[in-house]
Amino acid sequence: MFPVPAAAPLSSGTLYDKVWELHRVDDLPGGSTQLLVGLHLIHEVTSPQAFAALRDKGLTVRCPERTVATVDHIVPTTTQTRPFNDPLAEEMLSTLERNCLEYGIQLNAIGSGRQGIVHVIAPELGLTQPGMTVACGDSHTSTHGAFGAIAFGIGTSQVRDVLASQSLAMSKLKVRRIRVDGHLAKGVSAKDLILHVIRTLGVKGGVGFAYEFAGTAIEALSMEERMTLCNMAIEGGARCGYVNPDQITFDYLRGRPHAPSGEFWDRAVQWWSSLASDADAVVDDEVVFDAGQIVPTVTWGITPGQGLGIDERIPSLDVLDPADRPIAEEAYRYMDLQPGTAIAGVPVDVCFIGSCTNGRLSDLRAAAAVARGRHIADGIKAFVVPGSEQVARAAEAEGLDRVFRAAGFEWREPGCSMCLAMNPDRLEGRQISASSSNRNFKGRQGSASGRTLLMSPAMVAAAAVHGQVTDVRGLSLHPTS
Amino acid sequence: MSSFPSGSIQRVAGTALVVQGEDIDTDRIIPARFLKCVSFDALGDQVFADDRQELNGSHPFDQPAFQGASILIVNGNFGCGSSREHAPQALMRWGIRAVVGVSFAEIFFGNCLALGIPCMTAASEEIQLIQQAVIEDPGREWCLDLMALALGSPQDRWAVSLEPGPLDMLRSGRWDATSQLLSRDSELTALMKQLPYINGFQTA
Ligand code: SF4
Repeated sequence: MFPVPAAAPLSSGTLYDKVWELHRVDDLPGGSTQLLVGLHLIHEVTSPQAFAALRDKGLTVRCPERTVATVDHIVPTTTQTRPFNDPLAEEMLSTLERNCLEYGIQLNAIGSGRQGIVHVIAPELGLTQPGMTVACGDSHTSTHGAFGAIAFGIGTSQVRDVLASQSLAMSKLKVRRIRVDGHLAKGVSAKDLILHVIRTLGVKGGVGFAYEFAGTAIEALSMEERMTLCNMAIEGGARCGYVNPDQITFDYLRGRPHAPSGEFWDRAVQWWSSLASDADAVVDDEVVFDAGQIVPTVTWGITPGQGLGIDERIPSLDVLDPADRPIAEEAYRYMDLQPGTAIAGVPVDVCFIGSCTNGRLSDLRAAAAVARGRHIADGIKAFVVPGSEQVARAAEAEGLDRVFRAAGFEWREPGCSMCLAMNPDRLEGRQISASSSNRNFKGRQGSASGRTLLMSPAMVAAAAVHGQVTDVRGLSLHPTS
Repeated sequence: MSSFPSGSIQRVAGTALVVQGEDIDTDRIIPARFLKCVSFDALGDQVFADDRQELNGSHPFDQPAFQGASILIVNGNFGCGSSREHAPQALMRWGIRAVVGVSFAEIFFGNCLALGIPCMTAASEEIQLIQQAVIEDPGREWCLDLMALALGSPQDRWAVSLEPGPLDMLRSGRWDATSQLLSRDSELTALMKQLPYINGFQTA
C-alpha cells in the first residue's frame, strides 16, 4: 500500500475540504489562507501584465515547471501564419513567447500539435489531475474540477502572485452539492443540464460556494460531459465546480502525456481515490434535480440564467421573481424578443460550434450527427472551431471536417474564436447567433448590439440546418460510430 | 534606479525634488494619451510630459541636479482628478519612492499605497521650508523614516504623519500580498514535498 505521508487526507469530508487542507500553506492575517497552487495555466491575455509586475518587483518564477502556457484568445482561425494581421494580437503572442522563453515555461505553441483553448488542452495532455489545485487567469478554470481538482479563475495580480510564490491568498468557499439523479433523456446533453441548473438556481446563486456535482446522472457522464458541466459552474456564480474522481476519470487519464505511468500510476489512483468526498461528508447545502425532467435548453436573454426548455415560451414579467424583472425587461429590448414568443422557431443568422464549453471531440461528433446528410439553411453562416489541435486532428481523422463542410459549415483552426471575439470572428450589427459557448452577455460576441442564444452543439447544428431554433429531438441522427 | 518597493517599508532614503503647486492632477502627472499601453514600462519617461515640454528642460524632473531623486515634495491636494493608476506608476518608474506634501487626493493616495509608496504629510509652512531646503541644496541626502515619523537630513529634521492603517500596512509589508506569500517559502517547500503528485508519485 502507498504509505500516506504527513499531509494525509482527512478521514471524512468533502473532496473540497480534503484538497484545501492538503494545499493550505498557512493562515494569513486578515483571515484568508495561503493556498499552494499545483497547476498554473497561463494564456496571452491575462499574463503579460503579471510578468511585467513580477519584473518590477525584481522577482522570478518560483516553479516554472508547474506553469503551462498556451495561446487561444487572440488567434485567428482561418490562417494562423505569423505575424498575425492584427499587430496587437501579434504583440500579445510574442510577449507570451518571450516570457515563456525567459522563465523556462512550457508553451504549447501553434502548430505544436498541443495548442488549443487552455481548458481543453490541460485535460487532454493529462496535466489536470484529481486532487490538484488548478489556477488560471481565466474564470472558466472551473472546467478542471471535472477531474476532482479544485480549480478556479484568478485576477492578474494573483497570476503574478502564483508566478512568484506558487501560491495565492484565498478564502475558503462553502460546498453545495448539486445532486442529479436519474437519466438524461436522448438528445439531452450536459450543456442542457448545466443551463437547467443555472436557470433554476440563478446566476448569482452559487456565489460563495463550490458546486459538487453528484448523483447517478453525474456519475454516468463522460469526462468531456463533466468538463462542460464544471465549465459553466462559474456562470451560476460558483467559482469552482467539481465531480468526485472515479473509474471514468482514471480511464480518461491513463496513457495521457503528463499522467503518471507504471507503478506510479497505481499509487496515483490510490491517492486520487482517497480524495473523493466521503459518504458521510457534511455539505453546507444540497439541491436535488431529476435528470429525466430536463429537456434541451436554450437561453433567450442576456444572462446564462435566462434559459428555457425548448418547448417553452419567453416568460412575461408577471411570472418572474420581482428581482428578475428589470434584467428581463432589458433582455426583451436588447434581444428584440417579446414575452409569449416560443423559443423554438426564433430565427438565427450565425451558428458557432466551439469554445471551452463545447469544443471537444464528443461535442463535434454530436453536432456532426445532426449535420450529416443535411445542409445549413439559406443565409446562415455556420462554423466549427475545434477546441484544440488534438481535437481538430482527431475529428479530421474521423472525417468530421468533411461532414461539416459538406453540410455548408466552415471548418476552422483551434482557438476561442467567437466565444468572445477577440480575434477576427465576430457578429456584425444585430446578428443573432446560436452558440455552443458559455456567455450571452450584451456585446460578448464582438458586436455591441450582437445577440447570442446559448445551447448544446447538437442544438446549434439543428439551428443551422433549419435557420431557426429547433428541437434536436425531432431530427433523425446519423452518428459516426 | 533602486528596485521597486517590496516587503516592509520602514524608511526611504535619497535625494529629493520639488514640484510646487496646489491641486496638481493626475492628467498633469501622466497625460491621457499615454494610457494606451500594454504595460506600464514606458511611463517613467512620460511623467509630467506636457508640463516638461512647456518648460523646455527646466522642469524639476528634467533638471540635472534632481536626477536620481527618490523623495518628491509637493503641496496640497496632490494627485486629484482621474483615478488612473498610471500616475503613481509613472512617478515610481521615474524613480520616486515616497511623496511628502500638505495633502493628497484619496484615490491617488490609495494607488500609491498599493505600490508601496508612502504619501506622508506635514503642515503647509513646514513643507515650504523643506521645499526651500531641497531647492537650495539638491544634493542633500534625506531619510523619510516611517518608524520615527520624521523626514530628516544631516542639517534638519521634520515631523511627518500618516494615518495608522496605511502606516501599519507599509511598516509590516502587508500592502504587498506577494511578499507575504514569499515570506512562507520554507513552509511551501515542505508542503510540496508532502504532495505526491508534485514529483509524479515517484516517492512512496
Ligand atoms: S473559449 Fe471562451 S470562455 Fe473559454 S477560455 Fe476561451 S474565451 Fe474564455
